[in-house]
Amino acid sequence: MSGVELARPGAWVEVESTILTPEQRAAGLPSDTAATPLTQWVNGFLQGTAPAKVGDEVTVKSIIGREHTGRISRINPSYHHSFGETVDEILTIGTEYES
Amino acid sequence: MTDVSYEAVNARKNEIMKAALGMDYEAFETSPIAFDYEAMMAAPGYSLDDIARIQRATKVGDTPLHELTRLTRAVRATCEPGKGATILLKDEAANASGSFKARRASISAYEAEKKGYAGMVTATSGNYGAAVASQAAQRGLKCVVVQEVYDSHGVGQPEIVEKSRACEAYGAEVLKLTVGPELFYVLLRTLEETKFFNASLYTPFGIAGVETLGAEIGREVQQRYGKQPDVVVVTNAGGGNLTGTARGLRAVGCPDTSVVAVSVDLSGLHMASDNDFNNKSFTTGHTGFGVPFASWPDRVDVPRNAARALRYMDAYELVTQGEVFYVTELLAKLEGLERGPAGNTSLTAAVALARTLGEDQLVVVQESEYTGAGKHHNSQLSFARARGIEVRRGDPADNVPGKAIVIPERLDQVAGKPLDLSRLRNSYLKKAAQVHPADQWTADDMAFLAADTNTSVEDVLAAASSLKEEK
Repeated sequence: MSGVELARPGAWVEVESTILTPEQRAAGLPSDTAATPLTQWVNGFLQGTAPAKVGDEVTVKSIIGREHTGRISRINPSYHHSFGETVDEILTIGTEYES
Repeated sequence: MTDVSYEAVNARKNEIMKAALGMDYEAFETSPIAFDYEAMMAAPGYSLDDIARIQRATKVGDTPLHELTRLTRAVRATCEPGKGATILLKDEAANASGSFKARRASISAYEAEKKGYAGMVTATSGNYGAAVASQAAQRGLKCVVVQEVYDSHGVGQPEIVEKSRACEAYGAEVLKLTVGPELFYVLLRTLEETKFFNASLYTPFGIAGVETLGAEIGREVQQRYGKQPDVVVVTNAGGGNLTGTARGLRAVGCPDTSVVAVSVDLSGLHMASDNDFNNKSFTTGHTGFGVPFASWPDRVDVPRNAARALRYMDAYELVTQGEVFYVTELLAKLEGLERGPAGNTSLTAAVALARTLGEDQLVVVQESEYTGAGKHHNSQLSFARARGIEVRRGDPADNVPGKAIVIPERLDQVAGKPLDLSRLRNSYLKKAAQVHPADQWTADDMAFLAADTNTSVEDVLAAASSLKEEK
């Protein structure tokens, strides 16, 4: 089992669930979208008494206390968006280089 | 047990909405196409002063109106003598949660609390989620935001991921979904499960909240400059920003102010496409929302949309992605204001319009939005480049949404282009005829359609007869 991260009961995790399979989706969707399921992710505190790993089917309680079930997709989910790589094309806008 | 299948939940749409809004829309219906719009707008029963008072209690409104002197000077340097209107910016980033959307959320939150709801639910991909979460937090209400965030590979634009984070920062539960219009089904299911208030963008509350924005601009411009604003430019998506602003301007004695809608041109990209989703480089303020909502407002999560932009717009300007990114950078460098790109959509058109107006005229940009990691033009450009979209300087006419973002080389290349309003009006009337055949339109229907398209009954009559011929 070494190397497999376990979420302890009460841990903050993200769960993934399928809301609609491709067959259940609305009519008239573009074909690329129609071929995929409608998937949902939501964060919450892991319920129950057993530790769980990514992929396990679990119940969580969200930050406002609602229960959701799903497969754990991330343990201690965080944000990684940033300002991105510098796009040097915009640096000179409004400077003496373009006056 | 309640059947929560897609079909069953959609079939319960009307009862779910009635319970979640505490408002009966049937009272305003007069025919399959017409309804009493002003009676619906008056139903909440709040005066402009009431709204301002409610908003002040939760850190909304009274935002600064800045004269952009250095940008104005730069624009004048590119026009013929005597041209170059003064550009003003209403700094809506100063509202709690960082955008004008707090105005819309504030009245819904007040109403939800007053009516005894335990929380609010909203379906949005934008700043509105953060606004609802922030307003709910201040009133001790729970909040669920239903948001389209990722494509089927779990990838989201940095701007949209940031907006998700902001909702969670204000204590909301965020249901993050992949691409698709079934977001509405998840909204309905959540409303039914929670019995929370539907903080829709499109209720009379949502629009009444924006009327103070138009009113503040109208009053302050008249006070400082002794005249009505000549032009107010409004970033247009769902139409509520424009509708509320125009109504507010009229309420404070600015009937002559020209109200111009502005959207980022995303022609060629499909809004419900999983592949196109992350290639837009904009998550709101674009034609993917602006055009369909203007040409048929009643496509929303409430029975009748209070946001009816076509009623109020005098013109519609399109700008390119590259033009908006250029002007966003310029605002930071010339005016010392770093603001989010989507909110600068109307600023971009203001630059182009100012060039055609006299020096003594005033153009007001009526919003700005917060910026930061993700919600930044560099984030969006860097993300686009990583996805294989070409990013370069050049002639903005070469910009192709989803393929090439062409950032102008000089300010005089920021030009925008007009969208013909008659195209939107024709499309609206065509849709109306699908809902209710044109040969059955009564005099009341025609009067409603004329008001809703900002035309005359004669124009509607002419359109009706050509629609009959087409049949």
